[in-house]
Amino acid sequence: MDFSLSDEQTMLKDSIERFVQNDYDFDTRRKVVALEEGFSRDNWKQFAELGWLAVPFSEEDGGFGGGAVELMLVMEQIGRGLVVEPYLPSVVLAGGLLKHAGSAAQKESHLAALVDGSKLGAFAFAEPQSRFNLADVAVTAKQDGDGWVLDGHKSVVLGAPSADFLVVSARTSGDQRDADGITLFLVDADTAGLSRRDYPTVDALRASEVKLEGVKVGAEAVLGEVGKALPVIEQVIDEATLAVGCEAVGGMEVLYKATVEYSKQRVQFGQPIGKFQVLQHRMVDMFMEYEQSKSLMFMAAMRMDEGYGTEAKKAVSAFKVQVGKSGRFVGQQAVQLHGGMGMTEELSVGHYFKRLTMIDTLFGNVDHHLKRYGSL
Amino acid sequence: MDLKLRDEDLAFQAEVRAFIDEYWPEDVREARSTATRFEESNRHPPEVRRWIDALNERGWAVPNWPQEWGGTDWTPTQKYLWDRETALAECPQLSAFGARMLAPVLYTWGTPEQKETFLPRIREERMIWCQGYSEPGAGSDLAALATRAVRDGDDFVVNGTKIWTSGAHVADWMFCLVRTDGAGKKQEGISFLLIDMKSPGITVNPIYILGGIHSVNEVELKDVRVPAKNLVGEENKGWTYAKGLLTHERTGIAGVARSQMQLRRLKRIAAETGVDGATLWDDADFRRRVDELEIDLEALSMTELRVLAQVEQGGAPGPESSILKIRGTEISQAIASMQIEAFGYYGMAYPDQTLIDNEGPIGHPFVAPALKGMLYGRASSIFGGSNEIQKNIISKAVLGL
Repeated sequence: MDFSLSDEQTMLKDSIERFVQNDYDFDTRRKVVALEEGFSRDNWKQFAELGWLAVPFSEEDGGFGGGAVELMLVMEQIGRGLVVEPYLPSVVLAGGLLKHAGSAAQKESHLAALVDGSKLGAFAFAEPQSRFNLADVAVTAKQDGDGWVLDGHKSVVLGAPSADFLVVSARTSGDQRDADGITLFLVDADTAGLSRRDYPTVDALRASEVKLEGVKVGAEAVLGEVGKALPVIEQVIDEATLAVGCEAVGGMEVLYKATVEYSKQRVQFGQPIGKFQVLQHRMVDMFMEYEQSKSLMFMAAMRMDEGYGTEAKKAVSAFKVQVGKSGRFVGQQAVQLHGGMGMTEELSVGHYFKRLTMIDTLFGNVDHHLKRYGSL
Repeated sequence: MDLKLRDEDLAFQAEVRAFIDEYWPEDVREARSTATRFEESNRHPPEVRRWIDALNERGWAVPNWPQEWGGTDWTPTQKYLWDRETALAECPQLSAFGARMLAPVLYTWGTPEQKETFLPRIREERMIWCQGYSEPGAGSDLAALATRAVRDGDDFVVNGTKIWTSGAHVADWMFCLVRTDGAGKKQEGISFLLIDMKSPGITVNPIYILGGIHSVNEVELKDVRVPAKNLVGEENKGWTYAKGLLTHERTGIAGVARSQMQLRRLKRIAAETGVDGATLWDDADFRRRVDELEIDLEALSMTELRVLAQVEQGGAPGPESSILKIRGTEISQAIASMQIEAFGYYGMAYPDQTLIDNEGPIGHPFVAPALKGMLYGRASSIFGGSNEIQKNIISKAVLGL
């Protein structure tokens, strides 16, 4: 057992930490969020140059050769800075699917472009009725000569407004909730018949409702095996779940520290409010929630690196349960202890709270992951 | 002891429902339930004006006031039924700062002229009030307030800064705590002033809270002249009045009936949200959590009835009203969180956008109001005396610790 980072991992962590500290303070982030696309293309270029977009990909695929632990180091810092650049949709989700299921040609045409930052991707998997069931796919893909025709509605597709291509899960056979019969397709964003309704999310990201009406794609658009996509979808969603969990851990760290700091400054009843025992214990609880989450984060990342199987799935679900509960608690208490200030748009605290609240439901809430944990 | 509604209560309930159906009908209710904008002006939309006028005509605008000022002779049961029925139908309420908070101070301690001038206008919702209490250095420690009022002839001259002032940007008047004496204990030397918001020297600066909502403000007062006749009660006794007012505020914040409405909405959302071919309401885990919340709310509802019965016998609600505030806000926050959870991924869709492009809501029509409610609702455990302060009050005033 070893919890220490290698030199390479430390360098990676330090470089992102420096970026967040020096180039992504809260005022800068506010300006980035206000940009038309809701993130900065310049930052994205910088991420590519620094090699961060290559982190979870193998060296053969032009990547950094990192695994779950490396992804964890990146995402924790993204969480600390509330970074809104589309790392999750483009690198973790679209990139993850290409990594696990892409042919050599698809990796060349799509993955390489994600890694060098010239293209952005997104993953359209959720549907209005699907909730957290990845097998609940009503979007259809019907064979049409050599190619396919896609029809249906994908909901809350993170990163879609700026994506050059989408990976779309569609049903090629079987009933709406069958595990078999789901296929992934690479669909260019400007394909005829694909329309989007874009909107910002409450935590300052961008998403779209995606309508597919007679969208025609060629045979080369099929990503992986026809009808056999569910296992790879599950794996990539687990990687993404781990990723947002790490983000939450980064956010919790910022919040508990900011709250402790504030409680030393804010004077009421003639003393800093941090002198009141009831608030001291509350902050101790926040700290413990953060530490417990961090422990399960390490466990989940290391289990994922040991190989993707039942143990890894259980660890990810356990981590998500912890993060869901802890993130809510830490977020809410940070707002509460900051008083009126915590409620303002001006202070960062409320923005972390919003992100933590959204992470609780993203890729399955506590109930969902408790059930999954029990069934594995 | 008896929980059953008597025949006359049932008749009253039917009368209330008929009144609501006439003046706040189903179609108006539905249209407004998915609206997300906070009122940004002191002019009410016509349907709200119509409701308030009807209330006044019927003599039901301010059930809790003394009858001579337009109150009712309702029993606690009737008041409970009124609150419940109007909350379930999401009827508009009179602005709480005037009708629920300031009015009890005025009809208890105000001069005859103050009563005559202000109470009818508050009852008719023709004068909107805001509350000048908190200051940058006086939040939980309200008595540390530093806004000064110095007597100069027939006026007080007021200088200072108030913060978190809800609705100051739409208010006509502000009731304000000011320091008139700096010596002695900080609770002594506070006075209660009524200030016309049009007075020269008042600047209202907006503060945007989570979700981009503008409901609170910073109010700067610079050499604001306030006629001495706008002093309520005795000079330097304002803290007593303010405390009395806060117990009324706390009872209001408990929002039991409003939570009952939101809980009903949560069940509706769950029943309309599909999961694996069934609905979220069929999900045992989700349902268990909703049931737990419902039981918490039942308990609080009974506690509220007990407090009301006490008020009926002996005047103002006591420190027990702090229970209502603590549990009431915990429950309403929990319901709001569960609504967001119920929407799944759609719980992320930011509400304002759905209004801008007029293409209808993204996801369930209640996503937008629920998100605003969830974000704004985090303030409820902070304002009106934070829940930590409420616990201090209970431990000191009730438990004698």
